[in-house]
Amino acid sequence: MTDFDWGVIWKYREALWDGMLTSLKLFAIALAGGIFFGTLLAMARLSHWKAVSAPAAGFVNLIRAIPFIMAIFWFYFLTPMIVSKFTGQQGEAVGPFTSAVVAFIMVESAYYSEIVRAGIQSIPRGQPSAAYALGMNYWQSMGHVVLPQAFRNMLPVMLTQAVILFQDTSLVYVVALKDFLGAASKAGQLTGRIVELYLFVAVVFLVICLAASWGVKRLQASLAVTR
Amino acid sequence: MDWKVLLEQAPSGGMTYLGWLWSGLFWTLAVSVCAWVIAFTVGSVVGVLRTTPLRIPRALATAYVELFRNIPLLVQMFLWYFVMPEVVPREWGDWLKQDMPNLLVLPFAAQFSLWEFTAAVLCLGLYTASRVAEQVRSGIQSLPRGQTGAGLAMGFTLPQVYRHVTLPMAYRIIIPPMTSEFLTIFKNSSTALTIGVLELTAQSRQISEYTFKTFEAFTAATLIYIAITMTVILLMRSLEKRVAVPGYIAQGSGH
Amino acid sequence: MSTPESPRPMIDLRHVSKWYGTFQVLKDCTTKVEKGEVVVVCGPSGSGKSTLIKAVNGLEPFQEGEIVVNGISVGDPKTNLPKLRACIGMVFQNFELFPHMSITDNLTIGQVKVLGRTREQALEKGLKLLDRVGLLSQKDKYPGQLSGGQQQRVAIARALSMDPIAMLFDEPTSALDPEMINEVLDVMVQLAREGMTMMVVTHEMGFARKVAHRVVFMDHGQIVEDCTKDEFFGTARSERAQAFLSKILHH
Repeated sequence: MTDFDWGVIWKYREALWDGMLTSLKLFAIALAGGIFFGTLLAMARLSHWKAVSAPAAGFVNLIRAIPFIMAIFWFYFLTPMIVSKFTGQQGEAVGPFTSAVVAFIMVESAYYSEIVRAGIQSIPRGQPSAAYALGMNYWQSMGHVVLPQAFRNMLPVMLTQAVILFQDTSLVYVVALKDFLGAASKAGQLTGRIVELYLFVAVVFLVICLAASWGVKRLQASLAVTR
Repeated sequence: MDWKVLLEQAPSGGMTYLGWLWSGLFWTLAVSVCAWVIAFTVGSVVGVLRTTPLRIPRALATAYVELFRNIPLLVQMFLWYFVMPEVVPREWGDWLKQDMPNLLVLPFAAQFSLWEFTAAVLCLGLYTASRVAEQVRSGIQSLPRGQTGAGLAMGFTLPQVYRHVTLPMAYRIIIPPMTSEFLTIFKNSSTALTIGVLELTAQSRQISEYTFKTFEAFTAATLIYIAITMTVILLMRSLEKRVAVPGYIAQGSGH
Repeated sequence: MSTPESPRPMIDLRHVSKWYGTFQVLKDCTTKVEKGEVVVVCGPSGSGKSTLIKAVNGLEPFQEGEIVVNGISVGDPKTNLPKLRACIGMVFQNFELFPHMSITDNLTIGQVKVLGRTREQALEKGLKLLDRVGLLSQKDKYPGQLSGGQQQRVAIARALSMDPIAMLFDEPTSALDPEMINEVLDVMVQLAREGMTMMVVTHEMGFARKVAHRVVFMDHGQIVEDCTKDEFFGTARSERAQAFLSKILHH
């Protein structure tokens, strides 16, 4: 245990920090996109029109049936193709970060749509009825009455899913994107100090996720009181 | 689209590209099932420990769950494969990296060894065990309190109460979420590709790299994953029916 | 309490039928509510009375028949339902105040988002109505902090804030503890005396006796009795209505 060089972490702190910034950027965009599109997907799945609910259900079930890594490969492959069809440009119209972001948004929206759907279904049917009785239309009823309550109910689950998403950002390793883990891996290969660097990565994730989970539990407790 | 490419000879292994896919499927199943055995046994023990009134076992179990749940699976994979051999005594580390691969010739001309397979199974198994532990814990805690009291009043010791009263009901209750965990383990097995295990996702990428027929390769793998998912769901449903307690409506919905 | 003459009824139901799958929940229902009239709809559980009243503002679709409200056909696909609903107030059995909004916000949101009033106009109207139902002091509270009776009175004020031409009540006191029923009925009686067109599904026969012009009795999806109040409480014609009356008048 004595011939470990922990100083390598300090030496590569800039690269590691840049990697962490990439991870956080990916996390923030994927979270926002995932919740936004997930909500739309949830509303689509609950729609009365088969033409809307069936494709939505199909998409969600498909994404949830395959490994996250497989989904990353799929969108990493499809995104440049589809973008170049639209813009008419060939080749490198879309970089690896963008493809990774698209992949993550697609996957997270499928998982968030299940959470939001459960949230919407947990609201008593009388609530949207009352909104309609006042003369609101579907979007007003959703926006002012149903979704605010649904999100409030589902907040702890959504935050837990966010912690999982943060951990999942490490998967961009498979498309060689330089996130926190990728930076540590690169530094490890350069210096041969993979043990120190990977342990560091593990500890950082552990601390962040533990703190976040603890925060969610505190939030859950305080919400339970005000109910 | 050119589906026939799958029937062409692959550059290695003496089989077609379709054969590569089957070998990928084999390893996905092998890693997942072996990991599940570990996950189920260790997870059950940890889950039960989390519900005991004894403080130290409960604290240890909680620490286990928090540790394995808050580090990404991929990072854990690297820890097992790269870090573990270096932090254990030198002879053990060397044995893992050098001698273990020679213990067994793996079928399907795998370009990896028993060491990679073992690391993947240990990692996936112990990670999933933490999730199984949570399911077992919530299943136990969802039972009415009176059950334990009734068992003890009859003269059962605490282990006997678990064995005869608590766990038989708890396990039936958690079949739906356990199904979900079992499916997740199949999906998470793809993480093993980062340490060289050529499971299904890895093979699909490899085929796309050799044939440039990415769409066909990925679709084939996707269809196989869907087939796995549907098979598992059907198996679990029939299991649920076979062990159902008459007259007891299961808590929670079917999926 | 005279029944004013008007060229056409405010609410006109003709041969309305509705099925849930193969089960027929409304069978050829025909009745009307004139402007300024108060019509009480009563009947045993499952008679379809809630479904009938929800069909009037289009919350429940129906397969056969016609419902015309203030000249507008509810079942016509071209009808702008939100616009129609903005003119008709509805009060629900479970109050259905929006729990994540304060009382004041509950009163103003419909006015602002649907009628397009300014927040000042909406506040003025909303608080005036809140005062009218005796709850001005609760304006900054949240629904969860009010009793059932208070919530229902706020719900009535919320519906009135839209300046409706008619009010629909779906069992407004059924979810209330007995001691709170009267505070809600008092508000409704006051409303009736001011000439509001009202269609009320209720078991409260005392209320019917006081302010109703007509009583409609439903059973198994059909309208069995449709007569003036005096006729209903005097010599109701059908056996089923008589049996129903005798059961509930022991309250």
